[in-house]
Amino acid sequence: MADFEELYSKKVMAHIRRPKNMGEIKNPDGVATVGNPVCGDIMRLFIKVKNNKISDIKFQTLGCGAAIATSSMITTMVKGKPLSEAKKITKKAIAEALGGLPPVKMHCSVLAADALHKAIADYKKKR
Amino acid sequence: MRKIYLDNAATTPVDPEVFAAMKPYFMARFGNASTPYSWGQEARKAVDKSREQVAKALGAKPKEIIFTSCATESINLAHKGLVEGVNSQKPHIITSQVEHRAVLETCKHLEKLGMAQVTYLPVDKYGLVKVADVEKAIKPETVLVSVMYINNEAGTIQPIKEIGGLLAKVNQSRDKRIYFHTDATQAIQYLDCNVDKLGVDLLSLSGHKLYAPKGIGVLYIRKGTPLVRQQDGGGQEYRLRAGTENVPYIVALGKAIELVTKGQRDRVTKTQRLRDRLIKGVLKIPDVELTGHPSKSAPHIASFVVKGAEGESMLLLLSDKGVAASSGSACTSGLLKPSHVLTAMGYKPQEAHGSLRFSLGKSNTQEEIDYVIKVLPGVIKRLRRMAPKGI
Repeated sequence: MADFEELYSKKVMAHIRRPKNMGEIKNPDGVATVGNPVCGDIMRLFIKVKNNKISDIKFQTLGCGAAIATSSMITTMVKGKPLSEAKKITKKAIAEALGGLPPVKMHCSVLAADALHKAIADYKKKR
Repeated sequence: MRKIYLDNAATTPVDPEVFAAMKPYFMARFGNASTPYSWGQEARKAVDKSREQVAKALGAKPKEIIFTSCATESINLAHKGLVEGVNSQKPHIITSQVEHRAVLETCKHLEKLGMAQVTYLPVDKYGLVKVADVEKAIKPETVLVSVMYINNEAGTIQPIKEIGGLLAKVNQSRDKRIYFHTDATQAIQYLDCNVDKLGVDLLSLSGHKLYAPKGIGVLYIRKGTPLVRQQDGGGQEYRLRAGTENVPYIVALGKAIELVTKGQRDRVTKTQRLRDRLIKGVLKIPDVELTGHPSKSAPHIASFVVKGAEGESMLLLLSDKGVAASSGSACTSGLLKPSHVLTAMGYKPQEAHGSLRFSLGKSNTQEEIDYVIKVLPGVIKRLRRMAPKGI
């Protein structure tokens, strides 16, 4: 049987099986929805900001395993971090934190980074 | 954990009887079928027997059967070999948008080289090619019509007999005959593949979808079809496909085709019953749609689009439950493009995103189907809960 452990790292599989910070934040300080028209994946990030730090973050994703894992991963990477630091998160950093992604799936981590940057921009605009 | 294999349209395991038949030809009977002494003649006899078994299953003559490495090779040979063999200026091929990539890529290659012009016929929402569209597409330069018998993704059965009938009629008033190829890879187990009844001149199939190993295929070539071989070398396979015969695999394919044509009617009934049970169960989940034709469909394929859940994610979570299936979503393709079949059937990329296909085989049981019906709603629910709302 197709064993997805051949495709994805253990860390990716763990995030797919038990995603972190999945769900919705009511009255978020910032929110962004990004989609990739090529593959059809859609990702939404909600953030709460307190003292210039991301106090809470949640994601909703419709997409493949890599899309789910990068969404989940990015939330754990920036939760509690200052906005200035969170803004610096790159697609490469997300992929590395997951123990690597198949090359064809790299665009999924672009999607996650985009969603975060746009959610922060949304927060700044609303202030 | 129990494991349930429902991806038989991708490949099948080797049947124990098939394996037993091929085994002696690895060591005890290892001869080269082109040699004159007893080792060689033993191998030759085995190859001949297999050719007869295949010919019998297709209602053809043994001389019209050649062995290749797979259906893809057979398809390449059929299209490229015919285009080269008809010796006409810019020959025209008519095919459909839902063919296997082996056909589509071969046609594109011929177009690129300026060796053929190709019409890719559209299909309706069920994936069906219209016979009238074939008729309309015929030009004076047309030399080949190539339409698959069963679509491997949607399971839709194409009107091969009707297209064959049309071409027979059209050919009566033409100097230059139009040849007809069908890819019968998914059909051989379940449908009558008699080449005269279908009216085909070329028919491709592959061993590994019918319980023979991977690496063996067949091309049926009706006598008189002008085909130029594409693999040059020795004189094997009636000078149409050079290379030492893969004797054990040829033996395996002969045995496999004999086995699948023997119990065909019972297998169709049993498979269809299980498939219908699966469809009924899966369609109880809200916002799930069956793709493919409701009645003109292969007994072993059940293909769906699921709203709000992506294909690869479904496969991952199903795999965690021990179930193997497949999907035509962009994320599973490796090319980041949704299935060309679903696209041709009019599904938007976001709909194809939720593609899920189950394909049954001879060892699947009702208990397995019921297990899938039991676990699938949870898988879909979990992914839908994860998805952004109101998109």
